[in-house]
Amino acid sequence: MARTISYKEAINEALDQEMTRDKLVIVMGEDSIGGTGSPGEDDAWGGPMGVTKGLYGKHGNQIMDTPLSESAYIGAAIGAAACGMRPVAEMMFVDFMGVCFDQIYNQAAKFKYMFGGKAETPIVIRTMVGAGINAAAQHSQMLTPLFTHIPGLKVVCPSNPYDAKGLLIQSIRDNDPVIFCEHKSLYDLEGEVSEESYVIPFAEASVLRDGDDVSIVTYGMMVGKAIAAATILAKEGVECEVIDLRTLSPIDMETVIESVENTGRLVVVDEANPRCSIATDVSAQVAQQAFKSLKAQIEMVTAPHTPVPFTTTLENLYIPSAEQIVVAVRKTLN
Amino acid sequence: MTDNPFPLSREELLKIYQSMRTIREFEERVHVEFSRGDIPGFVHLYAGEEASATGIMTHLRQEDRIASTHRGHGHCIAKGVDVKGMMAEIFGKKIGVCGGKGGSMHIADLDKGMMGANGILGAGAPLACGAALAAKYRGNGDIAISFIGDGASNQGTFLESLNLASIWNLPVIFVVENNGYAESTSVDWAVAGDSYVDRAAGFGMPGITVDGTDFFAVYEAAGEVIRNAREGGGPSLLECKMIRFFGHFEGDAQTYRAVGEVDEIRANRDCIKSFSKTVTSAGVLTQDDLEACDSKIVSLVDEAVSEAREADFPTEADLLTDVYVNY
Repeated sequence: MARTISYKEAINEALDQEMTRDKLVIVMGEDSIGGTGSPGEDDAWGGPMGVTKGLYGKHGNQIMDTPLSESAYIGAAIGAAACGMRPVAEMMFVDFMGVCFDQIYNQAAKFKYMFGGKAETPIVIRTMVGAGINAAAQHSQMLTPLFTHIPGLKVVCPSNPYDAKGLLIQSIRDNDPVIFCEHKSLYDLEGEVSEESYVIPFAEASVLRDGDDVSIVTYGMMVGKAIAAATILAKEGVECEVIDLRTLSPIDMETVIESVENTGRLVVVDEANPRCSIATDVSAQVAQQAFKSLKAQIEMVTAPHTPVPFTTTLENLYIPSAEQIVVAVRKTLN
Repeated sequence: MTDNPFPLSREELLKIYQSMRTIREFEERVHVEFSRGDIPGFVHLYAGEEASATGIMTHLRQEDRIASTHRGHGHCIAKGVDVKGMMAEIFGKKIGVCGGKGGSMHIADLDKGMMGANGILGAGAPLACGAALAAKYRGNGDIAISFIGDGASNQGTFLESLNLASIWNLPVIFVVENNGYAESTSVDWAVAGDSYVDRAAGFGMPGITVDGTDFFAVYEAAGEVIRNAREGGGPSLLECKMIRFFGHFEGDAQTYRAVGEVDEIRANRDCIKSFSKTVTSAGVLTQDDLEACDSKIVSLVDEAVSEAREADFPTEADLLTDVYVNY
């Protein structure tokens, strides 16, 4: 039965249901319980945003606090995964990935290949991505293209509560390492979510709005902006097809190509920095595979090639807006 | 029958000798084959350090996990990885233990509890903590060993792992294989503090230093810390002070070493010579026992090399497989 819950609650529910289903699923991270060894409540925090709140009471030793020691505990989660556990490790902010990236891209991502196919590393690394809360340059990046670049990793970035639950359950059951990117500005977004457990397969983009004029391809928080832009444009008689990629590796290019073959126009929207991004990747693949269908140049709407600024005026300018998407769509029509 | 003064049976001692001699023969042979130009890539040899791998692995069962270093051949052999499969891997052949996709620096066999040599120094320590976490969670009494060189003992991953293992009370042993050189740089210069025992104490765990060229010293110390870990007593650090017969990697001219240093250690600090002398002097094994073992090992390594040479390389079809379980 469906009811309205938030993106944050959907993630909590997915973890709860998977920890109940499979005792090999363990959750760990900095403050995931949030109070271990402290004099107050045992689970005071449940993660810095409260996403894992309550899981300790239900699942006890299946959830662990870690020291502020990303290389050690992300590596330990990877080692445990290689020994048959199914760890979900929380990397609080994706920006911290720099301190433990070796364990992710040189270890987890490569075990299967380096060891001749004999290793499986079913780890999920949950991490907060994106701008919008004045968290500044070291707590607001997307970095989704970095992970998408690495063979051996899968990259997921849900845009709504329903997808967050289904994609997280799929990620936990998946036998490859998954980087599960949760947009921090979406945690309070509400939507209809089934109470029952369900999975959303990877590489299945979601077409959120049909349209024959222009294809808008995006993911994460930009999905809402793309829908807003499409709503504005519809009033001008321009019908946009809005595609939410949902997973970036693997990526569902088939749905994108099919849409572009119909519309002949493409706008790719990516909150990541523009160079070597999801925007450039999708654009290149469309240019290669559907060049003859294009009636106009491909437009990209991305963050600028700068770090994420702190103050509100600048951060608002940094984050791609619905207005920028509207302008880009109009450019493809001229 | 002579009385046996050792804590191990005659058969066990012979098996230990076989393990150490196999590592030595394997490494000496890889050295020769590499110098002929027949082995691609980087190779780091374990010769001279056999007493450490064997002294520790004698206490392990197959389900126990080890995370190795870039100098991993000895750990593999002592943990029971197939010697022919290893040689073929180092030659880059499809029948290698990793299908020719890993090579010397990523040689692994998870079925044998060998979680991989590692090209990233210090990277194995967190992985061993993870293996120990899995063992602790399952409550099956398994343990994990993190091998680390003196060089990598300065990596953050290693120091963070000491802390994590300590606060989580993990059944993991950190074995610092101190061969005196981080590549070309002296341990005396590169490692701060007086001893690894102090470093262990700083993280609230026991630390022991042993002569890593003395099999029996390693065996005894490892037995104690491994038993403690199996019984829930948590992590320990074991420093094995040892020596490296070859350079950091094959092709290393070793100009940073003292003149005559390698000749001296080969003559006077060879762990296999000292083991052989100890067990034959006590009359538990005879020279004939050892020589019979030697000839079998030489044949095995000969066969491993010739089979590796003749084996096929992987082909284009193998390039794209094994990236994901499914994609």
